Amino acid sequence: MSEVRLQIDGQEVTAPEGATVLEAAQGAGIPIPTLCHHEKLEPFGSCRLCTVEVERGGRKQHVVSCVYPVAEGLTVRTRTPEIERIRRVILELYLAHAPEAPRLKALAEEYGANKDRFDKESSFCIHCGLCVRYCAEVKKKHAVGFINRGTKKEVAFVPDIAARECWKCKECFPLCPTSWLQAAYVLVEGILFPREEQRA
Amino acid sequence: MDIARVDQIIDRYGADESYLIQVLLDIQTENNWLPQEALERVAERLRVPLSRILHIATFYKAFSTVPKGRHRIHVCMGTACHVRGAQRVLDAVQEATGIKPGETDLELKFSLETVNCLGCCALGPVMEIDGKTYGKMTPAETAEALRNHD
Repeated sequence: MSEVRLQIDGQEVTAPEGATVLEAAQGAGIPIPTLCHHEKLEPFGSCRLCTVEVERGGRKQHVVSCVYPVAEGLTVRTRTPEIERIRRVILELYLAHAPEAPRLKALAEEYGANKDRFDKESSFCIHCGLCVRYCAEVKKKHAVGFINRGTKKEVAFVPDIAARECWKCKECFPLCPTSWLQAAYVLVEGILFPREEQRA
Repeated sequence: MDIARVDQIIDRYGADESYLIQVLLDIQTENNWLPQEALERVAERLRVPLSRILHIATFYKAFSTVPKGRHRIHVCMGTACHVRGAQRVLDAVQEATGIKPGETDLELKFSLETVNCLGCCALGPVMEIDGKTYGKMTPAETAEALRNHD
């Protein structure tokens, strides 16, 4: 596989063709914050936190590094004032949904995000899709999925499959950046399938 | 809706995964809504995860995962209809059917929805029953139109 040379934050980096900018940066030890990225899963590009500036042929643009492929001669900047501002606003929007999530709070501190900037709408889910994708791609059980759309979009367990599979797995719980998933599961379990019955 | 009928619809498309939405649309058209057993059957036959089918069935407004009535009433609440008294038409429909927008009555006779424009403002206030347009409605005419459906 051929190698591609690019520049990230002034540092010369080589990466295999077809790799993403995020992978190239991580390979060179340059940190880019992510929430929806997981090395075992296909890139998803939903959290937008890994947004970086790329320059190619004199044109600058903001791209999502976890889904943007590396290219020869690409110049990448991971921390410009504009990038910081973009990440700060994204975090402020997420904090309106999950104001006390530890991972979000740590990032908010780093980027100076104000958790009270937007009115609270505590859905606790930021639609990163980690649980949905992990269950589908790694476990191949499809016990949890998205339902509805737009502002009403949410993660939901499929009760019949969840009752059969989830109690012995729960591997998606620690992936959740806001811990909402765990609560969603307990709710479904409590309402739709009693635990003892499953174990008996 | 019986499973044999669902199978017929699936077979019409050769049980091909890429026809998922078309299969769901056919079930929706025939049955007015998508029962869980039908969705489970579709998942099994097309080899598509149920979670993905639910994602699609809840994404598009054309699908319903709860029972819908035999007759669909759409009352226009757009600006033109609003100033010409759409609220009174809606009140008349609610009075006659006993349901609010978004609801279906127990006999599965009517489902009521409000819409924001039906594209024929000159006919306001407008309502639709099963896709047939009723223009320049008065509350009395509204009740009369509903009586002609069973």
